[in-house]
Amino acid sequence: MARLLDVIREELDLTGTKEGCGEGECGACSVFLDGKLVNSCLVPAAQAQGAELRTIEGVADGEQLHGVQAAFLECGGAQCGICTPGMVMAAVDLLRRCPQPDEAQIRDGLAGNLCRCTGYVKIVDSVASAAKRAVAVAEQALQAGAGANP
Amino acid sequence: MTQPLHLGHSRPRKEGRAKVTGAAHYTDDVRMEGLLHGATVRSPVPRGILRGIQFGDGIPWNEFVIVTAKDVPGDPMVALIEHDQPFLVADRINHAEEAVLLLAHEDRFLLERARAAVRLEIEALPPLLDLEDSLACKEVVWGQDNLFKELLIEKGEVDSVWKTAAHIVEGEYRTGAQEQLYIEPNGTIAVADAGGVTVWGSLQCPYYVHKAIKSLFNLSDDQVRIIQMETGGGFGGKEDYPSLIAGHAALLSMKAGGRPVKIIYDREEDMVATTKRHPSRTRIRSAFDTEGTLLALDLDFAIDGGAYVTLTPVVLSRGAIHAGGPYRCANTRIHARAVATNTPPHGAFRGFGAPQSLFAIERHMDVAAAQLGMDPIALRKRNLLKMGDTTATGQIIKETLDLPGILDRALEKLDYVSKKHQYDITNRASAPIKKGVGFAVFMHGCGFTGAGETYLASVAGVEGRSDGKVYVLAASTEIGQGTNTMFSQVVAEALRVPMECVEVAQPDTAVVPNSGPTVASRTCMVVGKLVQDAAQGLRQTLVQSGLLPEPYDGEAFSRAVKAYLEKFGRLKAYSQYSTPPHIVWDDQLYKGDAYTTFAWACYAAEVIVDTRTFEVKVEDFVALQEVGRVLNPVLAEGQIEGGVAQGIGYGLSEQVVWNNGRMANGQMTNYIMATSADLPRIRVYFEENPYALGPGGAKGIGELPMDGPAPALLNAVQHALGTTLPREIPLTPERLMEILEPSNA
Repeated sequence: MARLLDVIREELDLTGTKEGCGEGECGACSVFLDGKLVNSCLVPAAQAQGAELRTIEGVADGEQLHGVQAAFLECGGAQCGICTPGMVMAAVDLLRRCPQPDEAQIRDGLAGNLCRCTGYVKIVDSVASAAKRAVAVAEQALQAGAGANP
Repeated sequence: MTQPLHLGHSRPRKEGRAKVTGAAHYTDDVRMEGLLHGATVRSPVPRGILRGIQFGDGIPWNEFVIVTAKDVPGDPMVALIEHDQPFLVADRINHAEEAVLLLAHEDRFLLERARAAVRLEIEALPPLLDLEDSLACKEVVWGQDNLFKELLIEKGEVDSVWKTAAHIVEGEYRTGAQEQLYIEPNGTIAVADAGGVTVWGSLQCPYYVHKAIKSLFNLSDDQVRIIQMETGGGFGGKEDYPSLIAGHAALLSMKAGGRPVKIIYDREEDMVATTKRHPSRTRIRSAFDTEGTLLALDLDFAIDGGAYVTLTPVVLSRGAIHAGGPYRCANTRIHARAVATNTPPHGAFRGFGAPQSLFAIERHMDVAAAQLGMDPIALRKRNLLKMGDTTATGQIIKETLDLPGILDRALEKLDYVSKKHQYDITNRASAPIKKGVGFAVFMHGCGFTGAGETYLASVAGVEGRSDGKVYVLAASTEIGQGTNTMFSQVVAEALRVPMECVEVAQPDTAVVPNSGPTVASRTCMVVGKLVQDAAQGLRQTLVQSGLLPEPYDGEAFSRAVKAYLEKFGRLKAYSQYSTPPHIVWDDQLYKGDAYTTFAWACYAAEVIVDTRTFEVKVEDFVALQEVGRVLNPVLAEGQIEGGVAQGIGYGLSEQVVWNNGRMANGQMTNYIMATSADLPRIRVYFEENPYALGPGGAKGIGELPMDGPAPALLNAVQHALGTTLPREIPLTPERLMEILEPSNA
C-alpha cells in the first residue's frame, strides 16, 4: 500500500519532502494535511483523498522565502539539509499555534523532528528569530496602516 | 595588512536557500528513464558457509535482474587498505547482514517481496563476537591470530617507575559501538555500460569509490565517473561504505544491460548493515609522585574491528596517538591492537579512534584524582602539555599553548568551582536527586595521521568560467559541515571579490582533481589552504595579463575573467600538498610529528542524576576550544554544537544492542539519539590562536567536539554520586542501576 510520502515524492515529484526513517520517528517527511502537521510516512495515501496537502515546496511565496526559511538561512539552522524541510514545517506549525514561544516551548515543539548535525541550538535560534521578525513585520504593518488612516 | 573581507565573518551557507526550500537534490530525488530499484539479500547468521540459494514461489523471477559473486568481472574485493572484504559472499560468510545476492526490478514493492522470498542455505560456524575472545583467539576468524593491526608507542622507561612511585592508579574503561545516524540513509545510483561506469551517490569520498569501481570492473581512470549528490550527513558513515553500495548498483546495472539502478537503504538496513564506531577497551596503569606529577603511563588499547580490515588500522593509529591525552609524561607505553570479530565491519565515525582512547584517559584522571585525594583541576594542571613539551610520540609542541588557561576559562563559564562546593554539601542530603559537575581536557590532531597527508599529496584548484565566476575544483564534499561556504570565503578572500563571484563545482571525478577524502578534520585546514594558494595563483595570472587593473570590484573581476578566457581559452590554477619540512614522522617506530597541529579544548558539564530512575540529565554544557582562527563563526559554532550533541549521545544514551552479531535495535525508535527537548543549550566559546599553515590561520575543527563530552559527563556523574565506578559508555539508566544497586541488577 502506497504511503502519502510515496505519492508526494514519486507521483507528484515533490522531492523536498524526505524519508529519514519510515516509522514516524524523525519527522523529515512532515507535511500539512488539511492544515495539520503529519508524518507522511505514516499516512496511507488513500487517507489523503480530498484533503488539502501542503509540502515544503508550498511554504515560500514564489521567490520570497517564508520568515522561518529566511531565519534558518540567516541563523545557520540548516547544515546537511536533509531534516530541514521537515524542521521548517514543524516550525511553521509551532509558530501558528504559539506565535511567541520561549526556548522551552520551541524545544518541545520541535521534539518530533530529529537533526543529527546541529545539536538543535541554531534551529532553536532560527525559530526564535522568525517569531521576533514576525512581530516586527506586524508592527510595521500596523504603523504603516496608522499612517495611512490618521 | 588589509582587513579580511570574508574570513572571520558568518557568511550564509552557500547552498542554504536550496536546502530551506526543499530544492536541494539528494540521491533519492534523482529521476531517470528506465530506472530499476536494487535490493540486497543478506546473511542472517554471523559466520558460516553458503551452500545454496533458493528462490521461493510466487515471484516472477524471470522479470528480475539477479547478481551473485559469480557475476563480478574484476577484483571481487573492495579496494581499500587491504583487499579482504568481498562485494558479495562467494562461500564464506563472516558477519551478519553480509551481502550475498543482489536483485533489481522496476517495481520496488515487488522487489521487497522478492527479497523476502530468497532463502539462503547456510552451514553455520561458531561466531566470534567479543573483543576479549578475539584477543584470546577462542576462534580464529582472520589471518593467523585475528590481529588486524598492532602498534607500540614507547617513550622513556615505563617499567623503571613502578617500584618507587608514590601512587599507582589502575583502571579499565569501555566504550560501545555508535551509529552515525545521518538522517539521509546510504544510497547510490549507477549506470554500467560499454562506456564504463557512472555513479551518483550520497558519499564523502568520490575518489575512494572511483578506486573501488575501477578495480571491481577492471576499468581505467577515465572510464569511471563518480558524482556526489547533495549528502544528508555522513560523520564518517559515508567514507568507505558507499564503495560497496556503488559496486552493487553498478553490478546490477551491468547485468541489466546498462539500465540505471538505484539502491537506497531503508533506515533499518542502514543501521544493521553499515559501519559503526569501533567498540573499545582500554586498560591504564599510571604512576604519580606525592605531588601528583605523572611519572608513567602504561596503556593497553584494544578495538573491535568487525569482520574485515576496512579503515581499522588508521582508526587504531589515531586512537593510540591520542591515548596519552594532553599530558606530559616522560615514561609512556601505548600498546594498541585491533582485532577481528564476526560483526559487520566497524568504520569511520567522527573522531576516528580518539573519542575511545580520550574517554579512557580523561575518565582515568578523575579516578586518579579521587585515589590521590587531589582536586581534578590541580592534578591536571600539574601535568598538562605546554610549549616545548613532547607528546607520547615525541612530537615537540612548537606553538603557543595555554591549556591551564583554557581549563580555567571553561570552568569559569560553567561556574564550576562554586557549583562543586555547593553540590558537595547538598548531595549529602538524603534527597534522591544528586547534582554534579565534571570536565575533560583534550586535543584532536588535525589532518591525516602520520605520513597520511604526504602519501595523499592532494590536489585542488580553481577555474575561471565563461559566466565570469571562479569555481572551486575539489573532491572534498559538502556533507553539512559547510565546505561550500568555507571554500567560497577562502577563495573570495584570496581574490578580493564578493562571495557571489565564487562557486563550488559539484564533486565529479570527471571535473575535479583528487583533493583527498572528506575526513580527518582536513577539509578546511589542508584542502582550504590548497584552494587558497590556487586562488592566489589565478589572481596573479589575471593581474599579470594586464586584464585586471587594480583596484577592482566584483564586476571588473568578472569582466577580466571573461576577457582572459576569450584571449587565452583557459583559466585554471592548481595547488598540490607538500609536507612542511619541519614535520617528520617515522611510521615504523611511531615516533615524531603525528599531526602538523592539534586543536585543543576543555569541555565542562553539569548533570542531574535521579537515583530512583537512574536517569542522567545534562543541565548545562560548556565547550571551549582553540581551533586556530575561526573562518565563519556560525558554521564553526554549528560544528561544535552538533558534535557535542553526538558526544552526549555517545556518553549517555546511544547504545547498540547486539544479538548474535547483529544490531538488535536498528530503528530510531529504540536507538536513542537526543531530541531538541533532551538537550540543554550547548554553550560554545572559541579562543583564537592563528595557525601559520592553515587558510586564514584555521586549524581542523570537525571531529574535536566528539572527544570531550563523554568523559566530562561521566566525571560529573562521579561527582554527583561520589563513586568512581562509572567506567563504561553509554552510561544508560540500566548500567547506572547495575552500579548503584548491584543486587537489583
